[in-house]
Amino acid sequence: MTKISMTVNGKSVSAEAEGRTLLSGFLREGLGLTGTHVGCDTSQCGACVVHVNGKPVKSCTVFAHDVAGANVTTIEGMANADGSLGVVQQAFQDHHGLQCGFCTPGMVMSSAALLAENPKPTETEVREYLEGNICRCTGYHNIVKAVLAASGQSVAAE
Amino acid sequence: MPKDDGIGASTKRREDIRFLTGKGRYTADINLRDQAIAVFVRSEVAHGRINSIDTAAAAAMPGVLAIMTGADFASVGGNPAGWYVASRDGATMKEPKRPVLAHGKVRHVGDAYAVVVAETLEQAKDAAAAIEADITELPAIVNMADAVANADNRVHDEIENNVCFDWGWIEDNRAAVDAAFASAPHVTTLELVNNRLVPNAMEPRASIGDYDPGTQDYKLYTTSQNPHLTRLLIAAFVLGIPENKLTVIAPDVGGGFGSKIYHYGEEAAVLAASKALNRPVKWVAERSESFLSDAHGRDHVTKIQLALEKDGTFLALRTETMANVGAYLSNFATVTPTFLHGTLMAGPYKTPLVYVNVKAVFTNTAPVDAYRGAGRPEATFSIERVVDMAADELEIDKVEIRRKNLIGADQFPYTTPVGLVYDIGNYQATLDKLIELGDLAGFEKRASESKARGKLRGLGLSTWIEACGIAPSALVGALGARVGLFDAATVRVNATGSISVMTGAHSHGQGHETVFAQVVAERLGIPATSIDIVHGDTSKIPFGMGSYGSRSLAVAGSAMVKAVDKIIAKGKKIAAHMLEASENDIVFEDGKFSVTGTDKAKTFGEIAFSAYVPHNYPLETLEPGLEESAFYDPANFTYPAGAYACEVEVDAETGQVTVASFTCADDFGNVMNPMIVEGQVHGGVGQGIGQALLENTSYDENGQLLTASYMDYAMPRTTDVPFYTVDHSCVTACTHNPLGVKGCGEAGAIGSPPAVVNAVVDALQRGGYTHVKHIDMPVSPSRVWSAING
Repeated sequence: MTKISMTVNGKSVSAEAEGRTLLSGFLREGLGLTGTHVGCDTSQCGACVVHVNGKPVKSCTVFAHDVAGANVTTIEGMANADGSLGVVQQAFQDHHGLQCGFCTPGMVMSSAALLAENPKPTETEVREYLEGNICRCTGYHNIVKAVLAASGQSVAAE
Repeated sequence: MPKDDGIGASTKRREDIRFLTGKGRYTADINLRDQAIAVFVRSEVAHGRINSIDTAAAAAMPGVLAIMTGADFASVGGNPAGWYVASRDGATMKEPKRPVLAHGKVRHVGDAYAVVVAETLEQAKDAAAAIEADITELPAIVNMADAVANADNRVHDEIENNVCFDWGWIEDNRAAVDAAFASAPHVTTLELVNNRLVPNAMEPRASIGDYDPGTQDYKLYTTSQNPHLTRLLIAAFVLGIPENKLTVIAPDVGGGFGSKIYHYGEEAAVLAASKALNRPVKWVAERSESFLSDAHGRDHVTKIQLALEKDGTFLALRTETMANVGAYLSNFATVTPTFLHGTLMAGPYKTPLVYVNVKAVFTNTAPVDAYRGAGRPEATFSIERVVDMAADELEIDKVEIRRKNLIGADQFPYTTPVGLVYDIGNYQATLDKLIELGDLAGFEKRASESKARGKLRGLGLSTWIEACGIAPSALVGALGARVGLFDAATVRVNATGSISVMTGAHSHGQGHETVFAQVVAERLGIPATSIDIVHGDTSKIPFGMGSYGSRSLAVAGSAMVKAVDKIIAKGKKIAAHMLEASENDIVFEDGKFSVTGTDKAKTFGEIAFSAYVPHNYPLETLEPGLEESAFYDPANFTYPAGAYACEVEVDAETGQVTVASFTCADDFGNVMNPMIVEGQVHGGVGQGIGQALLENTSYDENGQLLTASYMDYAMPRTTDVPFYTVDHSCVTACTHNPLGVKGCGEAGAIGSPPAVVNAVVDALQRGGYTHVKHIDMPVSPSRVWSAING
């Protein structure tokens, strides 16, 4: 066990971790940030997506030690400073882009990363970018709508 | 226009705030002080005799606190089947004991035979790997036909030919059905497989057992759709813990789709381990464990025959199905392929004669039980495929053959030949709506556009019906159910007028906290924000049968409305006293109790306050307080129905199928929150497209699960599905519940698979591949390519 330090949601944090500790485990067990979910263990479902230095990463396949010193953002860090929902979060609520909520943290983190890279994606671009995030509840319809809405594009036609 | 946040408003979901900010509280997120971690040791062979299990080395490893094996649970009860199904010859159903942990034999890959509890997950895993089990491998029984044919090789030593039951429905109809077939002008025959699916709720199962030695109380946090049933099964059948000493809490649950209705052995094991150690014991499944040990769905092999007049009029229908129940009977395994399947074989049609035969077969595979739709998708798929095939054979238009045979809007209540009474519906209306909404008239034009791009376009239809809200209890009891199927609610009006509603339904994605509050708000004329919906905790809720089978609003919602009506009735008595009027002259409207014809009134809040501060109150005749409970047992099932159209494009060179559009016209009765209802349909259709095109659960001949991760099991992803067009404007309100609701949770998963497969076959037929009559699901590129070139 060694101590790892990093910046999570703007705060400097440190906790003990084994060499085999995954970033998802470090966040959940080490820091108590249970918003990051583990849904598959094989880097397929995307429920565990967080941002590391601004890039979306499946935290169940990254060792915590490998991101020591990095700037990590989790779902807990996505709300506005006053606690209100951020743009992507609000779009997911407005367009019913979530049901059971389990895949939602990863969906929101991936969607936010998409919009940072590509502020006005097409429907196809949204679908292709989110291919690594599995949702079993929504049939993806309202997730895609929510992301398009978060980008400021009209979704009234759908 | 609906009132703000009242019935019919697309109120945004209140639960979203916690889910969107990482504040959801799923079982795996709960960490209790001093908790230990459990890891289960699972069979690597499909079938074997356990000679010995050596735990000595593992027990001596660092951090290990306890190891339990099947022997430790040999004296407690088994996890029972919830429904008794007799064979048609009167033979009793075969019910082998389903132990907490496998004992004597292991019967499927993933069958847990030991549990290790240690200080940390890593220590528990290391010790689990050090357990030495001496298991003599036996031949695996995987294929149902082999299982039935093989008298010597048995999943359970005492069960001959591995048959659980051989059920006929309705046996008295059989001779007449056979006679109709013998004289029918045309008979269409189809043999098909309804593919085995893994439900794959995104949250893997998890359980925490927490025994308190000071009070001898047990608490179980678990991923359940149905916490009261879990408590009942553990108390009455498995561990014998008194029901009053066991609390089951299903906190936020990340999807269920059926797989979390049931009680599983892991729940009993963590409770027993917690008792043994006087510490909380937590287990969280990895995804591969979910694949190996969650109850799977579907897995039918069916021969269906439809007898028709030459003009397409249906004369009779019969089916023979083998239904895989896996290695053990999961709680609803016996009702799913029978009373949730056979009773639906009339579909929305006037078919006068129907006979269904279902043989349930044990195999060395994971248990199979209800998965979104549960039996009804299997029935619908069989019917809608054979109808399309008959239309092709008789050269009748696919819309017209359906229209000709649909039950007429003037024929309700309609008694089917398979034992149901449909109370109300209008199947022509949803079909007409579909034709308009899906622009079926424009199909040929779209097909030419596809052709210009080198693609074959096909159009597939399905007209479907579902029976939801299984009930009434007396009827299902007579048919073999071992539980009641009512539901319960308590409405607690607090002194300051805010309300807590305790419901027996359980929300794991359905948005009950929002919708139920809308219903109560509308009924009481107070803001939805003053109302909280409490669910998922047996210590807070009077009773409940959980959520599945699209029953929540129709059954638990009705109980809630009944309780609210009792609140209003009591409020009128209080108001009459306060306003010095006769109770009969008090009217309740918009949150106010008024004396009719006057401006004298008391608000709901004033009445509530008076009930708790009863200074001016009729104490001689009325108890103080304002809290009412109600239990509601439905008079009948509810019967949502609809018509779906799918358009696909097929690349004949590669066999790749793309869903170009999907249109749904549904009748769910009255709709409480359109946004949520549409979301339910989207999700169901997404799962149905998954079943039709992608998902397959594949065991090899040794019973090894080849599709045990998302690397191998094709879940539908964003790029596999289109935007859907959904409509629920055709409304025939349910005649026997107070809200006139029918249920919408399973519709999409029921109606969509046949529409997709019908579309693929249609595309190939139109493309000139007229030899292709049927392709089994999942309709993968290789299957399409083989069908084209076969």
